[in-house]
Amino acid sequence: MKNHVYRPLFLVIAFVVAVLIAREIVVPEDFGTHEAGYMYGWHRKGNEQEWKDFKVKYQGKDYCKLCHQDKVDKISQTPHVIINCENCHGPAVKMARVDGKIHWKNPTYTKHGEDTFENHIDRTREQCLRCHAKLPYKGSGREWVRGINNTEHNPDMECVMCHNPHSPGFG
Amino acid sequence: MISRRGFLKYGASALATSGLITTTSGKIFAAAGSGSKDTRWAFLIDTHKCTGCGLCVKACKLENEVPMEANATRTWVERYVIKHDGEVVADSPHAGIDGYTRNDPQGREIPESDIAKSYFVPKLCNQCEKPACVQVCPVGATYQTADGVVLVDRTWCIGCGYCIMACPYGARFFHPVFRVAEKCNWCYHRITKGMDTACVEACSFGARMVGNIMDPNDPLTKIIKTERVSLLKEEYGTSPMAYYIGLDTLVR
Ligand code: HEC
Ligand code: HEC
Ligand code: HEC
Ligand code: HEC
Repeated sequence: MKNHVYRPLFLVIAFVVAVLIAREIVVPEDFGTHEAGYMYGWHRKGNEQEWKDFKVKYQGKDYCKLCHQDKVDKISQTPHVIINCENCHGPAVKMARVDGKIHWKNPTYTKHGEDTFENHIDRTREQCLRCHAKLPYKGSGREWVRGINNTEHNPDMECVMCHNPHSPGFG
Repeated sequence: MISRRGFLKYGASALATSGLITTTSGKIFAAAGSGSKDTRWAFLIDTHKCTGCGLCVKACKLENEVPMEANATRTWVERYVIKHDGEVVADSPHAGIDGYTRNDPQGREIPESDIAKSYFVPKLCNQCEKPACVQVCPVGATYQTADGVVLVDRTWCIGCGYCIMACPYGARFFHPVFRVAEKCNWCYHRITKGMDTACVEACSFGARMVGNIMDPNDPLTKIIKTERVSLLKEEYGTSPMAYYIGLDTLVR
């Protein structure tokens, strides 16, 4: 056959070989179909472990109990027992000492990668109003939480001036 | 050749079973609690219990490092207010992260006397048994694990956005920091350690629950096996695995 037929053919073969070699280098060894099968299973197996190793932030009440037994006991006598401490105090990521006080390192992610040290006590009215703002929503869960009218119930004052969040009633 | 009698016999039994066990959801229901598979994670949301406080959304963002100020989130809470005249006023401002503290759906004050019913609906990824989002991924960056959770490989995702369009639930979004597709993975790092997801942990009212539907002793399995539950947008055929109690037909 003529040379001009072979030349493009060699080019095509060289291209295919180059792609196959590149694929061999770029695609990780653990890339495959795995358990979920051909339709939904294509992935890099190592990624599963990467997600499992993702940092856990919220620790739960049992963790706070280790050092704040008194607070846990107190809140347990009140309807607020159902609220996780970290909802009002932020996730307990890591304890750290700042200005001689123990705080935990609490990432707020407003600027990514920059963890901020904060005093994590949410004293705002907004925090309490999440559950206690009176809404006329019959049928929703809000129905059975006693609500207050934000503009009438002692406005311009923090709720915690009068109510202890760990023991909110006066009884 | 199939006889007339045979045709009727097989035809009738096929019709009778096609209603339930030929759907994937039906097969999972049949397998639930049987231990035929070690683990298949499932979720249960009781809309009667949700108060719309938004603490789940906040906890999710902090746990999963989704920037607070970004208007994108892995889970969200919707508010539905249905008026006596049939009008549905639904919204989810900032995914409900600050809680619902005012009667202002879509910025309108609806008088109490006009409200027929109202409720909050928490939503998150359904970890479908047949995930449409995975099917469309051109590079194998998103996948289903053996225990049924759909994950995204951040190093492998090219950010094409097909999966974001493919999800019928709108559960996916573009991560503003990593610039890849992002989605709820039922806190895979927590459930695989035997912990609850951050949103379940944050919910004071027990509106959310996560569990292994293959474990007969899991409280979640017991509820799904005995109570009346429903699924969102089943007609899309993705076989979602987030079950709902008290789901209204108006919820989309
Ligand atoms: C390892 C022990 C330990 C654990 C666990 C712990 N704390 Fe503390 N925490 C302390 C100590 C000690 C202080 C007192 C710091 C001081 O006043 O100098 C403190 C202080 C605090 C304060 C007050 C901070 C301030 O600036 O006044 C809050 C709020 C708090 N803890 C909440 C929690 C919550 C919620 C948890 C669970 C998620 C928790 N802590 C778990 C040891 C602990
Ligand atoms: C409803 C929100 C809320 C919940 C739930 C809550 N706290 Fe607090 N906590 C507060 C607020 C607000 C303050 C500040 C009180 C003040 O300034 O008078 C506070 C103060 C504290 C302090 C330090 C100040 C003090 O009074 O000694 C500790 C420690 C603490 N909380 C621990 C806990 C623990 C542990 C739990 C879980 C069992 C918990 N809190 C649950 C809102 C809450
Ligand atoms: C996660 C939801 C939630 C949050 C946040 C919350 N509460 Fe409550 N609170 C409840 C529930 C539920 C009850 C019990 C239901 C009831 O009695 O109406 C309750 C009860 C109360 C009561 C009545 C207690 C009694 O014994 O009579 C007061 C007062 C109260 N809360 C104040 C507060 C204050 C102040 C804050 C903010 C620091 C706050 N709550 C935050 C859910 C919440
Ligand atoms: C100036 C003090 C003060 C402040 C500030 C205050 N309260 Fe109260 N609150 C009271 C007193 C006193 C009562 C009990 C008498 C009553 O029912 O009005 C009460 C009652 C309540 C009740 C029970 C209502 C019922 O029907 O039994 C709730 C819930 C409540 N407050 C929540 C809040 C919340 C949430 C805030 C902040 C947004 C707040 N309070 C701010 C003094 C205060």
